[in-house]
Formats: sequence, structure tokens, C-alpha cells
Amino acid sequence: MNLFAELYTALDETNRTSAKVDALVRYFECADPADAAWALYFLIGRRPRQAVSMPRLRAWAVEAAAIPDWLFGESYDAVGDFAETVTLLVPEPGEWHPADVASASVLPFDGPQPLHRWVEAVLLPLRERDEAEQRAIILAAWATLGGAERFVWNKLITGAFRVGVSQQLVVRALARVSGADSAAITHRLMGEWQPSAAFYQALLAHDSADTDVSRPYPFCLAYPLDDAPETLGPLAEWQAEWKWDGIRAQLIRRAGQVFLWSRGEDLISDRFPEITAIGALLPDGVVIDGEVLPWKDGTVLPFAQLQRRIGRRDLTRNVLDEVPVVLLAYDLLELDGVDVRDRPLTWRRAQLEWLVALVAGRFEGETRGHGEQETRGHGEQGTWRQEGGGVSSAGFVSEKPSSLDNAPLLRYSATPLLLSPIVTATDWNDLAAQWAMSRERNVEGMMLKRRESAYRVGRVRGDWWKWKVAPYTVDAVLIYAQRGSGKRASLYTDYTFAVWDGDRLVPFAKAYSGLTDEEIRQVDAFVRRNTLEKFGPVRTVTPELVFELAFEGIQRSARHKSGIAVRFPRILRWRHDKRPADADTIETVRTMLPGD
Amino acid sequence: MPDTLLQLTESGLYCPAGDFAIDPWRPVARAIVTHAHSDHARPGSRAYLATRDSERVLRTRLGPDARIETAAYGEVVSINGVDVSFHPAGHILGSAQVRIAYRGEVWVVSGDYKTEPDVTCAPFEAVRCHTFVTESTFGLPVYRWPAQERVLAQINDWWRGNQEAGRASILYAYALGKAQRLLAGLDPAIGPIFIHGALIRLTEDYRASGVSLPPTRYTGEAPRGFDWLHAMILAPPSAHGTPWMRKFGPVATGFASGWMRIRGTRRRRALDRGFVLSDHADWPGLLAAIDATGAERVWVTHGYAAVLARWLQEQGRDAAVVPTRFEGEMGDDGAAETGEGEEA
Repeated sequence: MNLFAELYTALDETNRTSAKVDALVRYFECADPADAAWALYFLIGRRPRQAVSMPRLRAWAVEAAAIPDWLFGESYDAVGDFAETVTLLVPEPGEWHPADVASASVLPFDGPQPLHRWVEAVLLPLRERDEAEQRAIILAAWATLGGAERFVWNKLITGAFRVGVSQQLVVRALARVSGADSAAITHRLMGEWQPSAAFYQALLAHDSADTDVSRPYPFCLAYPLDDAPETLGPLAEWQAEWKWDGIRAQLIRRAGQVFLWSRGEDLISDRFPEITAIGALLPDGVVIDGEVLPWKDGTVLPFAQLQRRIGRRDLTRNVLDEVPVVLLAYDLLELDGVDVRDRPLTWRRAQLEWLVALVAGRFEGETRGHGEQETRGHGEQGTWRQEGGGVSSAGFVSEKPSSLDNAPLLRYSATPLLLSPIVTATDWNDLAAQWAMSRERNVEGMMLKRRESAYRVGRVRGDWWKWKVAPYTVDAVLIYAQRGSGKRASLYTDYTFAVWDGDRLVPFAKAYSGLTDEEIRQVDAFVRRNTLEKFGPVRTVTPELVFELAFEGIQRSARHKSGIAVRFPRILRWRHDKRPADADTIETVRTMLPGD
Repeated sequence: MPDTLLQLTESGLYCPAGDFAIDPWRPVARAIVTHAHSDHARPGSRAYLATRDSERVLRTRLGPDARIETAAYGEVVSINGVDVSFHPAGHILGSAQVRIAYRGEVWVVSGDYKTEPDVTCAPFEAVRCHTFVTESTFGLPVYRWPAQERVLAQINDWWRGNQEAGRASILYAYALGKAQRLLAGLDPAIGPIFIHGALIRLTEDYRASGVSLPPTRYTGEAPRGFDWLHAMILAPPSAHGTPWMRKFGPVATGFASGWMRIRGTRRRRALDRGFVLSDHADWPGLLAAIDATGAERVWVTHGYAAVLARWLQEQGRDAAVVPTRFEGEMGDDGAAETGEGEEA
């Protein structure tokens, strides 16, 4: 635990990337593989389910610190971080009474322990214990661990461990320690895995022939286009597509199974049974990159509709009927079980078009209950193979689609696997004219992909660009403020903004990013001096400051006081030149609603 | 508070019987000053009374024309029949608690204080009284200081580590008090010690007042092309991020303050290291100091006043909040929490 806490401290103390990588390298060079596996697991943001509820932890911390609960509240308010508050309030190991320390025998070990022992022998079994046992174990852990170790421990048990390193940085360090290929490491880190010494050793293996059938590829990400698109060179070298606002996902068909992964590396197969069902119609050994979109009557629905599908525990028939989804296919990463990411985009697109057509044919056959699909499949395949330039047929021609539960598909009149349309244009101006109409199409702008580009790992500059249309903007008044978290824990950084509805200000959007550190300090000082009321962590402030907010999407919402929900709201700038009376009205905002 | 020996007026704590104010935040006829930090020693009053030890730094802060009278710790000065005496507060050089006795009633105003020893000033001394007016800058139980020997050792280790990593060390600290306490704790065998221009005069004042400090040089005196790699440079926090930093080449930055106890405050400053070293009492220090006075009544000011007062009330004490010059609701942590205040 101590080594890991030291690593945490080293990472936390510096803002320099090189120093962070150095610290990671130092750690992985000397860490026990079983420890390294867990460290890695936590560093890249994975976490076991929360072991103990916050109210219980709070009660035990209050007990250990011998303070009243309100004083915990005041402390939490000042510190801004739950795990840190507990760490600072509870007596350090040397300060416990001998009687309390005796209870340390509830721990399965004695003396300093490595990270994996704490996790595997204490943390993971904790969920299964009853409250009294949990209490004894937690108190014993506090009496054993001090300082940074205790802080890290508290972060782990609250499921809130986070430190300022990206997975990319961790992978870079691992590649440096092991000499293994960083793309292979990234790939192995996706999907489901159990942290163990064996996993860690396999992770750093130089041989990259991995077999996990469920594992997705790292997503290729685009850079925002800041310059004019013509600076990219001849239009002929680029493929333009719409930039859709849904859930980026990979549909995997391997070994007779189907997996749907989100970019957040969640397995979302169960959320979208219709896509899983259509995936079963794909030939084996195929991975498609695409976007899950709510789609009805040939057009995309607002993103908020999709949230109805994600947020729900049980998918009712109603929701399935009201928010049907499709997978809009962008790219093909694997064909015939072969990684094709290095092939040019034009080639991958051609194969993708063929696959989508194949599935469309099979879909018709499946949903109509006929056996013709195989004949049709043969025909299409033959045609495509000639045009595509000789792909190995690899024996799936005669493969019969596996029997599947196609019930989710029966409500569809056409296949829910669609191609992301290519936008054609005569020149950049023509393309720009179409781009300018993005809002009308309910898309965020365009994607520009170099036709010759490989499908690369992560965000790489040069081949893929996202060309977004300017966001909506509104001038709104700051009315509530709340403390931030992490680095901003003791500052008021989370704001709620309002617009005018007659002579009333109605809350309209929450935003916290977009101000400079200096501006944050100024707003923080304003909030402290102009508090009208306190509600727990939230303060109502004198409506005085005006900010220009930007957001990406807007739609009606019954859940919001203003009747409006916006997507990705953020602060564009502080309008020192405007007074509250100059802020926008709800009517102005309503004119931005689609269909108004 | 009609008939109390001290009353809260627009100028701050005022003693009607003696006609003087303590640490007034507006000019008054007679100001008794606990210590020379700018939120306690405000310019413009007609006459000041302070400790002998604080005279030099106070003169630096208030200017050559200020009328400053001094008294030794423990010496009783009678003002209009009120007995006034100073007692060490352990905060910075010359810092004092003010004891006021009138017709058998004794009040003590703590000013800022710490109970931990400090080689650059006289140690805190508990004074028995009926009413104790205490500060509460760090009046939350999350504020508990690590032993200063450990923190000073961390700072010296950090300095050595920076030398190995090829970086000069810039350590930020409040110019009056903290900087000199740090100087006294640095190991001059590690390398040369430099100070920012804003620290020169006050550091000289300390030396002239008899505090022994290791030799220091002014950063501006170093020759062009000087190799800063081995240097420790002390500077006020306001120097961070200014062009002044550029000449040192690669640097590691640190800040020594009680606020560094909280990770968020540490991170927000974008510094490489935060060292938890304060010239104020921590939570246990505040409670112990209050206990030691035997006071029947406690007035709490400057900091987490509402929190500390409520705690004391729940322990059965007569405690109340005395608002400070800080705006906003009483007991808020505004100015203090952002760490911008001089006194931390």
C-alpha cells in the first residue's frame, strides 16, 4: 500500500507530464505484478463497486474523531472531498487508544501489506460483510493506515479514486518498462479483465496474438478542426460524414457471440437488444465502429431520447417502441477475424458497405421468416468481392446466421444497421454550405477523414477532424453556486444560470467549465460576499453577474423548471459589460428549439 | 454588549474605560497592536502601543512617521486606570496577547497565536483571564499540524532532491514571520539561500532584533549567468507566475502554509509541493489554549469563528462570535480560505 500511496502522492504533486511518466515507470519497475495489476486498474479509472455506503463511513469517522456530525459537515464543506475529510479527521495510527488498536485483529493480516492484499483480502470482501463487521474492519484499517496511505484507501473504499493521469500516460509508462507495443497494451486493457499477476504479465507480453473474443479495439478519435477546412488540401483526399450525437460504440461479432461496447468501455449489449440482434446477422470475425442513435421514421431523434434508454434499469416495451435505435456504421476494424485497421479508409468503407447490405438482406429474411437470405447473400457477396479487390471469403458465405432471438427486430421495418452517409460536394465551398445546415439535420457538424488513413489508436492529429458548427449562445445570470470537486474543492466553481421569464429569473443551465483560474477566484469571492441563502452545499447569490453560455443542443423537457434542457452547456465568457437586465429571456431561448 | 470591558465598534475591539482600541481596522486615537501583520497593524492611528520585540518590523510596516510606544512582555502599562500588558503569542517576532485588567476583571485578546515552539519568537504563554478573545483561523478539526521538525526535514530533503533533478528550489512563504521561521529551519550546508526583494528589509529587521538566521543573499545581486541549480530561493506567494521566476531556469516550486493541509488548496495553486507549516494554532492547539486560560467566556474571531464558538458552546462554555472586518456572514472562511491572507 505504501508504494502505491507514494506513487499517488508523486502523481498528485506534479503537473508535468514527464514527471508523471517517470513516477509511473519507477513504480512499475519495482512493483510486485499482483500489485501492479491493481494499481493499473485504479489508475486507468476502473473501480470495484462501492464497498461501504457514505453515510456509514461518515458515522464511523465521526465516531473515531469524537466530533459531532455537524462538525464533520463543516469540515467537509471546507475540504470539499469526502475521502480527504475522513482522512484528516480520523486520528493518525499513533493516536489511537490501545483498546481500539486491539480491534485491528479483525484484519486478515498484521503489519504493512502490499496493495493487492488490501484490495483482495479486505476491500473486495467488505461488501459481503454485515454492518458491525464492516465497522470493525474500517476502523481497524484507519488505525493501521496513516497519511497518504489512508487517503488512497479511503478513495478506494468510496469508489472515488482518481488521479490526474490518462490511460495513455499509464500505457506509455508500461511500454517503457516492458518494451511491449503500446497499441497492444491499450488493446489488452479494453474489455473485461481481472487484475492479477497473470493478467499483468500477459498485458506486457510482446506477442500480440490475443484471443479474448469480447475485446474491442481502442477507438480512433478526431481532433477539432480550428482552421478553415480548405487548409486540409484537395477535397478529393477527404471523406466527409455528418458528426452524429449519440453513443459511439463497437459492435463485435466473434465466435458466435455479439458484444456492443461504448467508448467509455462499458459493455452495453443489454441496453440495446435490437443492435445485439442485428449483430448476430453479421458474419463471424467482424468488428464495426459506429454510433448508437435514437432513430425513427428515417431520422435521428434528440440525444435526450437516448438517455431514456440508458438511464432505465428495465427496458419496457414502451421505451423500446418510443425510442428505437440504430447503429450507424462508421468503419470496419476487423473482417474474417483479421485486424484490418491498417488498410486505407476507402478499402474499409467498401467492405463495410458490403457487410451492411449483407445484413440488410439477412434481416429481411429473418423478419419475414423465409430462407431466401442465403441465396441473396451469395449474390451480393460475389459482387462485392469483385469490386472490393479480392477479400478472402473465409468460409462465411455458407454460414447460416445463428438462431437468434429476433423479437427485438420485429418492430423494425428496415434493418437497424445503417451506413453513415457520405456527404458529397463539388468543392470545399459546397461542403461548407451543407455543413452550415448541420443544425437542421440534428447533427453537430461534420467529420473529415482522410481517404487513405488507417484506423489509428486514440486521438492522433492529421487524419481525422471534427468540424463542429458554432454552438448556441445565451447570456444568463448567475443565481446559484456550489463548491467544485478535486482541484477546485474549496472554491465555488459549479454554477447555475438563469434567464428571464417576465420579471422572474428561471434556472436554465448548469455549467462549470470555461473560466480561467483568476476568474474562478473572482467569482468565488463574489459568491462569498453575496450569498443570500444556503441550502446544504448550494448558495443562492445576488443575481448580478452575467455570463455568455454556449451549448450544443436544446430541447423541451418536463423535468426542468425552464421547460428546456440543453446539452454540453459551458461558460463562453464573463460579460462584464452586461447587467442582469441585459440577459436573455426564456422566449429568446425557446426560439432556438427545433421545430419552433 | 453594553457593559463589557471590551466592546465591538466600527473600528473593532474598543475599551471604553481605557479609551483605546486593539488592532483597530480604522484609524483611532490610541491603538494597541498585537503584531505587525497588515490585517492587525493598520496605518493612520495617532498613537500605537506594541511590544518592544515588534518595534522594528512594525516601523517597517507603519512607516517612519507613526508614533509607536513599546512595552516589554509582562510590563504593565496603565491607560486611564486600565492595566494593559503584553504576553507572548508565539505567532511571529514580537507578537503578543493583550491582557487588560480593570476593577478585578481580566480580559485577554489573543491576536494571532500558535502554541508550537518557534525559534524566531518568544513561545506562547497561557494567561489566566475571565474573558478570552481568541482567533480561529484554523478552527476546524481537519487542521492538525504535523511536527515541524518533520516538515522542515521534508523541505530540506525536497531542496536536495531538486538539486539532483537539476532544478532550483523556490519556496513561497509570507514575507513577515513564516519566511524567517523557514530560514531558521533551512540547512545552509545544502546550498546557497537567496531571498526575494520583498523579504530583505523584514529579514534584516529580524536579525537586528537578535534572531539568528543563516546567511542570505538577494536574488537581484547574483551575477548574470549565475547557476541557480543549487539555490533555495524564498519569495512571497505573489511572486509565483511572474516574469521574476524566469531567470532561475528550471525550478521546483513549494509553498509553506497551514492551508496546504488541504489537497484542493495545494493543487489549485499549481505548485509542485505544499508544506504544512503554520504560524497559527491548529484545532487541538486552539482548544488547549482556550482551556489553559480558565476563561468563563470566550469570544471567537478571525476565521472559523462560528464553528469554534458552536463547539465551545456544546462543551458547556459561554462562547460568542465576534465579527471581523471581513465581509460576508460571520464565521465565513472567505478571505482566509483562499489562502491570500498574509497571516497563515
